[in-house]
This record gives sequence, structure tokens and C-alpha cells, in this order.
Amino acid sequence: MFVIKCPYCGERDQTEFSCHGESHIARPENPNEVNDKEWGEYLFFRSNPKGMHYERWTHDHGCRQWFNVKRHTVTDKIIQTYTMGEEKPEDDNV
Amino acid sequence: MKYSLLNLVRNSFSYHENWQEAWSSPELKKEYDIIIVGGGGHGLGTAYYLAKEFGLKNIAVLEKGWIGGGNTGRNTTIIRSNYLWDESAALYNHAVNLWEGLSSELNYNVMFSQRGLFHLAHTVHDMQEITRRGYSNHLNGIDAEILDKEQVLKKIPYINGDGRYPIMGALLQRRGGTARHDAVAWGYARAAENLGVDIIQNCEVKGINITNGTVTGLETTRGSVKAKKVGLVPAGHSSVLANMAGFHLPINSVPLQALVSEPIKPILDCVIMSNAVHVYVSQSDKGEIVVGAGSDAYNSYSQRGSFDMIEHIMGPLVELFPIFSRLKMLRQWGGIVDVTPDRSPIIGKTPIENLFINCGWGTGGFKATPGSAHTFAETVATGEPSKMAAPFSIDRHYSGALVDEAAAAAVAH
Repeated sequence: MFVIKCPYCGERDQTEFSCHGESHIARPENPNEVNDKEWGEYLFFRSNPKGMHYERWTHDHGCRQWFNVKRHTVTDKIIQTYTMGEEKPEDDNV
Repeated sequence: MKYSLLNLVRNSFSYHENWQEAWSSPELKKEYDIIIVGGGGHGLGTAYYLAKEFGLKNIAVLEKGWIGGGNTGRNTTIIRSNYLWDESAALYNHAVNLWEGLSSELNYNVMFSQRGLFHLAHTVHDMQEITRRGYSNHLNGIDAEILDKEQVLKKIPYINGDGRYPIMGALLQRRGGTARHDAVAWGYARAAENLGVDIIQNCEVKGINITNGTVTGLETTRGSVKAKKVGLVPAGHSSVLANMAGFHLPINSVPLQALVSEPIKPILDCVIMSNAVHVYVSQSDKGEIVVGAGSDAYNSYSQRGSFDMIEHIMGPLVELFPIFSRLKMLRQWGGIVDVTPDRSPIIGKTPIENLFINCGWGTGGFKATPGSAHTFAETVATGEPSKMAAPFSIDRHYSGALVDEAAAAAVAH
């Protein structure tokens, strides 16, 4: 359980939010042209790092907006929240 | 030394001070034919069946912590096989068949208790779901009884059948039950070592050596080791190991927690599960009420669950069992579970030659321990997926042939 700083509403309890998995996964531009392997990778395969994770959350019981969170998966510490469409912050995993 | 009544009496003369260690702590050798990474029940069982069923030698199990300290010792010990789809039913029922003979096979009491498992139904939809699953179980030769409300209340008279979560019926699997989770790891470890398997504790894998697409060995905290074949059975760290080998998995790791109460006199002689309100509860032989909570809905390797999840489970539990409201919960803990998109495991080959993987058991791996170990041993020994493991390949996420137990058995596996 932790506190999340919604870019629109400010700091709120995590129970107001729900997580929707890894961010910055681009849908293939031409789905009809990709093969099964590429489509499977897009749908199901995730980096699942033990370290910095970029993920999408929604503020369900608040503004209902989607936004991104950069969080460490061992400490659950949130480094940054940023809005949809903003560029991915620097990757500290490497 | 065999565990028997005779040896128990014999050792009583020396005040039980001369029992030999259940397994020793050998040094890591320079080279093995097969290395299993992960010393939980699944990994130790794999090594055991490789030695016993396939007559293989020169096997090691590497465990980064201690035997029984991972997810094998962190679950709620529930065993059942009433899964919907044929592929899962075959796998989990294979496990139940092995559970039934496991104590005598390992010469170690795993305290397997077939006390019966009730899946409660609270709505018409729940009734339809358990009826469908019950019939599917019948077709797969798995015992399943569809009970009505009166039959449930007769068995568990103090359950609240008319509360916020009214009880309409239940799916009963009499062959389901519980086992002593630590004993499963200890029993497999002892039996595997008796067959010559090296069990190396406090040995974390830090790198996987690959030459020309074939695995050649491992880098560990105890030095380098060569291996002809490697089987990864890492429970909550599958993606971490896969990343070392340079491939991704369709897995997200999330915390799952459980809690136990103070020990009380026997009150609950069966396992109760409710998918709809996510209660699963049983009473250990020690007397504690063992309660499983839900998994957190975000990736984490923190090995602790969130507090709101505890509230989320205790509310419905007390609603169903008002008698438990005065219980004091003594301990709470979390484990990291690797969840796949279809909530079915991944067993089989990897993109790397001679590197095999058995992971993604999500929230329900304990019940499958012997079956998983047995079928993975066959896969590692022969180099090809066993018949039972074949539907659970990584490739199903490309072909679309998912074994979708997420929808079939809801959240509580």
C-alpha cells in the first residue's frame, strides 16, 4: 500500500487507483502485416523487471484519468508520475 | 536412515540425538549433467524424479535461500484438481494421484489430508459455473459433487448461509484437501539426496552462460559451474532468470499474501473456497485458521502484500463465518507469484537449447507440486515436452492456444 501522486489530483491513497500493466508498449501500426510471433510479443510478453517499472494507472475513485508511474518493484517506491503522451523518463534499469 | 517405527524406538534410547541430517550441505562441484535452479517443491521434485524415474545421475539443485524458505513455505497448502479444461485437469489430477502415495514414496510424512474442498456458490451465475465445471470434471474422471444449500449447511453448520453472501450451493471435491507444505520440500530434498542429488543452498544464480544458442553453465554466488542441461524452476523470479538468458516471458510478478490465526480447537474439517468473494480458508493440524488473501494488482517483488488486501479478505471471511470474528490473526506474510495471461503455467523448452523452464504457476502452484515435478522431469530428461506439458509451452502465447483457466476458475486457484 502506498501513496500515489496523481498528476491531476495530487497525492491520494493507492486504493483509489488501479494498475493496468506496463507502459510504453506500442501497438503494431499494421496488425495485418505482423506475424504471430510479433503479435504475441505485443499482446502478452512483458519486461517484468526486478527494479524500475513503467506502468499505467487510472485514478478510478477520483478524476478517472489515465497516467504513467515510474516505480521500483522491490521497494514499491514511486520515483515519478507523468501524464499520458509524455516521454518515458530515463531508464535506470540498465 | 529410514524413518520407521523401529528406528523411532531405536533412537528413543539415545534421546533422539543421533538422527542423521535429512540432507547434507555438499560443496558445489565444477560440472553437472543437469542443474535445477530453484529448491522449492517443484525443483526438488524434478531432481527426485530425474534420479528415480529416469535413472539420471550427477544432478544438482541450486537454491538461493534455504530449503522451504520460498513459495513452498508461503502458500495456504490447498490441494485440488477440479479444473475446467482438459489440459489442466490432466496435469492437476496427475498431481493428486501422486499426492496420494507421496508420504510412503518419499518415506516422509507430508501430512496429505484429503479432507474435502468446497467451492461455494453465492449466485445463480456461480451455480452455473460450478455445475459446468463439475460436469467437465466428471468427463475427466475427477470427483466432483454438486451440493445444494442444505447439504452445505449440514456439513458446516456455523457458516452464514443467509448473509450478505448467501450460499446457494457448492462444488465438493472429496479428494481435495491440504498437505504440510514445508514437509513437501523437506521430503523431496531428503529423498533426492538419497538418490545422489546435490542440494546446494545459499547459492544464487547470477548469470547463465550460453554458447551458440546452447546453455553451457551458470555463474553463481558460489562460483561458476558447467552443466549439460539446466532446468529453471524459479517461482517468483522467472523473468529475472529469463532476462539473464536473453529472452522475455509472458509473466507479471505480483505479491500474494496469506495469514494465520492463533491456534484453536478443531472447528473446520474441510477447505472452504469462494471465488466470488475471494475467501479461501482451512484449519491447519496445529489448529490455526489459515486464510489466503488475494494478489495485489500491480507488479512487485517486495514479498509483502498491501494492507487493503487483508481488509478485502477479512470482511467476507467474517461475513461467511461470524464465529471467526473474535479470532486474533497472528502472522501475515507475502510471496511473489508469477502470473501468466491465462493463469496456466509454462512448462517446456526455451529459445535456448538445453535450457528448460517450469514457471508461471501464479497463485496455485503448491497443489501441482508432484505432477509438475514429474512431468517437468520427463521434459528435461527426454529434451522434448512431455505429453502432459506440451499444451503449456511458451509458444501458446504466439499460436493463441491459451489454456484459459483465468476465466474458468476465477481468481482463486
